[in-house]
Amino acid sequence: MRKSSRLSRFNIASLALGLAFLYLPILILVIYSFNDSRLVTVWGGWSLRWYREFFNDRAMIEAAWMSLRVAVCSATIAALLGTLAAVALSRGERFRGRTLFSGMLYAPLVMPEVITGLSLLLLFVALNAERGFWTVTIAHTTLTMCFVAVVVQSRLGSLDRSLEEAAMDLGCDPVRAFVAVTLPLIAPAIVAGWMLAFTLSLDDLVIASFTTGPGSATLPIRIYSEVRLGVKPEINAICTLVIALIAVVIVIASLASKLSSSRGESAAPL
Amino acid sequence: MAHAAGGEAHPAAGQPLLRIEGVAKTFGTFRAVDGVSLDIKAGEFFALLGPSGCGKTTLLRMLAGFEAPDEGRILLGDKDIAQALPHERPINMMFQSYALFPHLSVRDNIAFGLKRAGMARADIATRVAEMVALVKLEGLEKRKPDQLSGGQRQRVALARALARRPQLLLLDEPLAALDKKLRESTQAELMDLQRRLGMTFIIVTHDQEEAMTMASRIGVMNAGRLDQVATPRELYEAPRSRWIAEFVGDINLFDGEFKLRDGHRLVIATDGAGTLVAAEPREPVGATKLSVAVRPEKVKLSRRAPVGEGSAINQLDGVIADICYLGGSTTYKVKLGTGGMVQSSVTNSARLDVDAYSLNQQVVAWFSPDDCMVLDR
Repeated sequence: MRKSSRLSRFNIASLALGLAFLYLPILILVIYSFNDSRLVTVWGGWSLRWYREFFNDRAMIEAAWMSLRVAVCSATIAALLGTLAAVALSRGERFRGRTLFSGMLYAPLVMPEVITGLSLLLLFVALNAERGFWTVTIAHTTLTMCFVAVVVQSRLGSLDRSLEEAAMDLGCDPVRAFVAVTLPLIAPAIVAGWMLAFTLSLDDLVIASFTTGPGSATLPIRIYSEVRLGVKPEINAICTLVIALIAVVIVIASLASKLSSSRGESAAPL
Repeated sequence: MAHAAGGEAHPAAGQPLLRIEGVAKTFGTFRAVDGVSLDIKAGEFFALLGPSGCGKTTLLRMLAGFEAPDEGRILLGDKDIAQALPHERPINMMFQSYALFPHLSVRDNIAFGLKRAGMARADIATRVAEMVALVKLEGLEKRKPDQLSGGQRQRVALARALARRPQLLLLDEPLAALDKKLRESTQAELMDLQRRLGMTFIIVTHDQEEAMTMASRIGVMNAGRLDQVATPRELYEAPRSRWIAEFVGDINLFDGEFKLRDGHRLVIATDGAGTLVAAEPREPVGATKLSVAVRPEKVKLSRRAPVGEGSAINQLDGVIADICYLGGSTTYKVKLGTGGMVQSSVTNSARLDVDAYSLNQQVVAWFSPDDCMVLDR
């Protein structure tokens, strides 16, 4: 392939088309969130009216607060469990059923959300658990844990095994070796995994609607039920805020993983 | 253990520091180390030499504590440490990949083991400064490993392993990642360091030149077994088996059959080189199927048959079939009239090549019976 620093016209056109396809709807949504008109499709001049409306909408704010709490809690639990799973998979090389276990861990990655949601609902009903904040949190943890495990495991895989051995050789027992050497080196991956889990939890509708109970709707559930009655411009404002939040988190996550991989180069054997 | 403070009494030089007794390790069905017994004397520089997969690294890892032997004992002083964990042994290791902690500076890397040993802050600072000076890394203390060159990283790894003043330092292919020139100068520095500190080093290497240069004794491993433990000279001039003779250095091998004994000499009829006369080896040969082995530099070449040379009993006529000029020496391959091939290495002691042989030239290759080794086939 010819290496050229400049894009050809064809490349520019296809890039523009692709980006437009991805971002035009979002751009329109963002622009219309500043629309003064009551009708979603009619432009009535610039205004922050619908943002004000949202901050006065108690039910919406509550749903947003619920979503945020669920996202933080489930992401934290998922980061913990996912890291432990990744460590077990990449460090405990010789345990029986390792392949089966890793396959099972990654199943939620490809499992249709409807099935995950339904099976969790059946479980919670069978356990007679009161559905609400904790059931959604647990459901989101099962969904997002495997993503954390994938991110952390790939980081662990690129680490030189002899780093931990060197720590043990220099006087650490296995646990201290992990804490003193491995943990600082995989920390960026854990942070990136946490943020991934956070955003996944924040925008999940399907699993949340299966596992939530009365009076504890998450933001996506709330928005979805509102939209069924007709789209209010307020929804545009909420969505714009969510997009902004997720964009910030994604940028931080990618920066963190970049940092982690650039550190990894020096950790690799020569 | 109090070893980090360096207070433990070391055995006097020459006494066995480490005793490996019948150690074996099996991975699945593969017997990586197969009953190795070995004594390491205090203050010696020992090399474990062997091709990749011969079990030398596994043996080293058992000494460090990363693998537990299935059988046998490892005695340090009079204590069996075979099942002790790495951090419980007064042994440190320098890793092939160096395994420097990428998130720590040079200083913190060197201080890592000292902090774990619970040394006082001031003492750590002194010891680190001492180690930095020892490996000549002054001014680089604050750098991270990825800001160092390969040679500098190697020094940091060495300083880190030496900082705890271990009774025994293990080095796993420590110079494999360096280029040739740097490797040679580092070899000399390692030897100098070992002598000055009076420490015991065990190095693992697949490079026989490296082992010969640095070690006072070499153990050759093959397929999990320790085939021979000897000084470099003994290993080269009196290898115990045909395999070792071929593994260490270049060799001319002639398979043959024992014919008769003439005083202290054996007459052997070989397939490729006719009848050869060899000095009787120290250990009596049992079999009749033997090999005669001669190192290439012991094979002399001349245009005509040597006259009056009492040692030139083995004379082989041939033509030069291949010339390999190596700078300091030239290796000639001579196709013998009797069918075989013999290699001769000739030192290029003069700048002008008046003595050099040319391709297809008729020559006589000759060597003394004392330069022949007799090995079992």
